[in-house]
Amino acid sequence: MSHLPAAAGVGFKPEHFTAIRSDGGKIGFFEVHAENYMGAGGLPHAQLSALRADHAISIHGVGLSIGGAEGLDANHLARLRSLCDRYEPESFSEHLAWSSHGADYLNALLPLPYTEETLATVVAHVDEVQNALARRILLENPSTYLLFAQSTIPEVEFLGEVARRTGCGLLLDVNNVQVSAVNHRTDPQRYIAAFPLHLVGEIHLGGHAEEALPSGPLLIDAHGTPVADPVWDLYSQVIRQAGPLPTLVEWDNDVPDWPTLAAEAARAEAILRQEADRLVAA
Amino acid sequence: MSPHSDILSVFRNALNGGGLPPDLVLGAADEAARRLAVYQNNVAHSLIEALAARFPVIRRLVGSDFFAALARCYIEADGPRSPVLAEWGESFAEFLSTFPPLASYPYMADVARIEFARGRAFHAADALPIDPAWFSAQDPWSARLDLHPSVHVLRLEHPAVSIWERNQPGGEQVTLPAGGEIALILRDRSFDVPVRAISPGDAALIEALREGDSLGSAAGRARSAEPDHDPRDILIHLMRQGALITPEQT
Repeated sequence: MSHLPAAAGVGFKPEHFTAIRSDGGKIGFFEVHAENYMGAGGLPHAQLSALRADHAISIHGVGLSIGGAEGLDANHLARLRSLCDRYEPESFSEHLAWSSHGADYLNALLPLPYTEETLATVVAHVDEVQNALARRILLENPSTYLLFAQSTIPEVEFLGEVARRTGCGLLLDVNNVQVSAVNHRTDPQRYIAAFPLHLVGEIHLGGHAEEALPSGPLLIDAHGTPVADPVWDLYSQVIRQAGPLPTLVEWDNDVPDWPTLAAEAARAEAILRQEADRLVAA
Repeated sequence: MSPHSDILSVFRNALNGGGLPPDLVLGAADEAARRLAVYQNNVAHSLIEALAARFPVIRRLVGSDFFAALARCYIEADGPRSPVLAEWGESFAEFLSTFPPLASYPYMADVARIEFARGRAFHAADALPIDPAWFSAQDPWSARLDLHPSVHVLRLEHPAVSIWERNQPGGEQVTLPAGGEIALILRDRSFDVPVRAISPGDAALIEALREGDSLGSAAGRARSAEPDHDPRDILIHLMRQGALITPEQT
């Protein structure tokens, strides 16, 4: 199985399809949300098949509820397997979060406490996903707004331990690092310093919104604006430490025109090239 | 129940407005409520928008604010069970027909039926349309042909096709016909999903083809439904849209 290129990609939006067909050659890869491609046919598959023919593809699940307390949805897992079989993506990733509890699907990435018990559950779930898909997956660090009093394991350690026990890789969302660190009044540099960068198979960048709380700012992982400057700085630092990595720009709400999104990807690409050049010169 | 499951149940209850127990999360209670609200907004907003994506004309008809309140009631009654939100909403038309604030708008349910069928047509399986040469290669009236999986016929009590049409971008304020309409919904060759009002004979012909009748038999059933029905116009329309396929495909 091939890997995503260490280049800049973007989250695919159907409204950009025509522009991409004439201008997408500079994009390293495209990422789609798995749940949007689970219909039987029609436009979504026609577009994704056309993209697949020319580009590396990442399939990103948003609904598996790996951090949930209950068993995974076997039907949904089977549909993910079909999708991966159909497109043979270079990467499949999911989130350290839950979105289903009881019968209801809540369509949001909700937080879980980090304990020995939840660690064992997440490990079992990641094992189950990797077995069902017959591939190594990447697990993404979440953006959070609350911390559970019951948590006993730091998030970075939790992710590292899931990866150690399951063999999965990690997806480092640098915007999520910034959002969570600001929200919990911690240092994003320390999070990055502790993160097992050698396990990172992909990086996510995206925009956030900001609200004010009495104790300070509250950042919201909104994906509706350009990537913020502190996130670019953090990203540059990660790439200097880890070397060039596949990097995705996510922009899911108030989706801009193609040139605006492509320019964000070009900014990430420039940082990747600079590091690649530095490595060659060294 | 494990502690993990208990904590998620408490959190789920808090998302529904049940309040955060003081020992669940770190930080001051008033701030914790503001932080919880981010998750509450994410859940509500994403589900309301997902429903609106399936039922844009209903939102246009009732207005955004009313739609948000309506969606919250529907989520409570029959929220999504699967992460594939494009498949959610099958019961929405029925829900609208029994939603007391919309009792004076009985056509809403029919509009929702059209919109739900459009979503299914958009995502329906692919199938290769028959070649026009198929008609000259055999006696078409005794042969069987099938319908593209995206084809839906809806018999509606209200003139919901006309209501749907006039609520499209650039839709004209046509006078609504009296009585019900029959909707033909399909995905055309460029992946659009137009909605068209058809006659009782057209509908009978399409339904007969779906049941496996030969074209001749289907045309006969169309004449039973509509005595002077001529099958040619609807067949030409279906063929141009790519909605006629050979039976082996289904």
